[in-house]
Amino acid sequence: MNRKTLSKWFDSSFYVIGFASTLIGLAILAVLILDILFDGAGRLGWQFFTSYPSRRPEAAGILSAWIGTVWIMVITALLAIPLGIMAAVHLEEYGRKSWLTNLIEINIANLAGVPSIIYGLLGLGLFVRAMSLERSVISGAATLAILVLPIVILSTREALRAIPFSIREASYALGATKWQTIRHQVIPAALPGIMTGIILAMSRAVGETAPLITIGALTYVAFLPTSPVSAEFPFISFQGLFDPFTVLPIQIFNWVSRPQKGFFADAAAGIIVLLIITFLMNAIAVWIRHKYSKKIRW
Amino acid sequence: MAFKVKDFNAWYGEKPALKNVNFEIPEKSVTAIIGPSGCGKSTFIRCLNRMNDLVPMFRVSGEILYNGTNINSNNLDVTELRRRIGMVFQKPNPFPKSIYDNVSYGLRIQGISKRGILDKVVEESLKKAALWDEVKDRLNASALALSGGQQQRLCIARAIATEPEVILFDEPCSALDPIATAKIEDLIMALKQYYTVVIVTHNMQQAARVSDDTGFFMMGELIEFDITRQIFTAPSNKMTEDYITGRFG
Repeated sequence: MNRKTLSKWFDSSFYVIGFASTLIGLAILAVLILDILFDGAGRLGWQFFTSYPSRRPEAAGILSAWIGTVWIMVITALLAIPLGIMAAVHLEEYGRKSWLTNLIEINIANLAGVPSIIYGLLGLGLFVRAMSLERSVISGAATLAILVLPIVILSTREALRAIPFSIREASYALGATKWQTIRHQVIPAALPGIMTGIILAMSRAVGETAPLITIGALTYVAFLPTSPVSAEFPFISFQGLFDPFTVLPIQIFNWVSRPQKGFFADAAAGIIVLLIITFLMNAIAVWIRHKYSKKIRW
Repeated sequence: MAFKVKDFNAWYGEKPALKNVNFEIPEKSVTAIIGPSGCGKSTFIRCLNRMNDLVPMFRVSGEILYNGTNINSNNLDVTELRRRIGMVFQKPNPFPKSIYDNVSYGLRIQGISKRGILDKVVEESLKKAALWDEVKDRLNASALALSGGQQQRLCIARAIATEPEVILFDEPCSALDPIATAKIEDLIMALKQYYTVVIVTHNMQQAARVSDDTGFFMMGELIEFDITRQIFTAPSNKMTEDYITGRFG
């Protein structure tokens, strides 16, 4: 073979190899999903969502797990989103270039890559022990908030940086202050990007197991955190923040480690629920990005 | 006189951008600033409303007096200065909001939110910017849906809305086609009855058409400043003559 035919051969064979590599990833995912659907689809139903865990697999459900997940997600979002956005706005809009801001930036980028169990140990030491918050909703949510904070900060900064300088100039030239420019122009224009980052961060948090097990979240919970609203005075209660909890991934982990065959079906059904939640969140993120990238052209 | 520029120098870090500039810009007339790329004409016009404050390492010496006040003085409120001295930029830069919100933004940030006042100012500003007839039926449409020339007139309306005394134009037509350019030029000539206008332009014909006075900058220095007709027919400096006859630049 001469050189020309050889490079042609390489050209086409690399296409095949690349395509095959892509397929392998997709095929494994497809097998996994099919297997789980096969095992768990039968367990999905009203009873599964409204029952506490039980010794009998056919009576067990994810009530305490999904309500715990909702609690944890809401509190994590309330903690991580304002903190993350404010930190990003400061770094991007106010921070002057100096060795200190450089150090902070490198640290945030590194924090995004730290294994999640390390955050669990931090949460255990800081929230559970030092602040005596026990193994409560607030401890778990605070731990996850710290875990996703770097992701929120990085994606918010990315979104802020994508806003052209000319928009800021236009605002300043009309006599706006820096804060007015950020509040009325930069943040609204960056909002789709910020939202996308937040949803992706939350979809990471929803599947986290290790840090919550590390801080001592329970694996068998047959009660719910105190409801935040009630029919009696004063109608609103924050007691739920300090109650023990479990979340979906922990419940699944618990069922997988049980010897009885029936719990396998429960675990598979739990996985389906968790997968649907993550897919939905990611789909919303993709949809927001798609919708606004079309609408705004600079 | 609207502006008096006295012994004015400017630097980007260590690099000098303007050297010892001295001249006066008259009120309610159009003053053009011309010169080759990198001559400091944009730097100069951006000193008049202190937009260069946004550039790190930028510093100045000397004075620019606006109605007798030194605009670089420390106790001057720069947001108030920019409200009185509006600016239109090279590339149209409308906010990614509705036409109405673009024009009313300058008032909103001053805390004016009465719908009646805003409606009136939006209409008057768009009329003065010769855009009202084209957009009056779609004030809530996105400003980004307008054509380039319309966007630039929207930016002019936005600048007019805060009732400035001066409007600065930094190469306002360089991103526009000839028809849109002609409209902006007509507009600039009409605006001088209400406002002091300063325009930086690359285009010498444009300077000749629209301005009453012209300043020629080169290498950060003001080479010549005179009545426009004088500059374009009988410049007193050899470099000005070479530039306007197209021998360089």
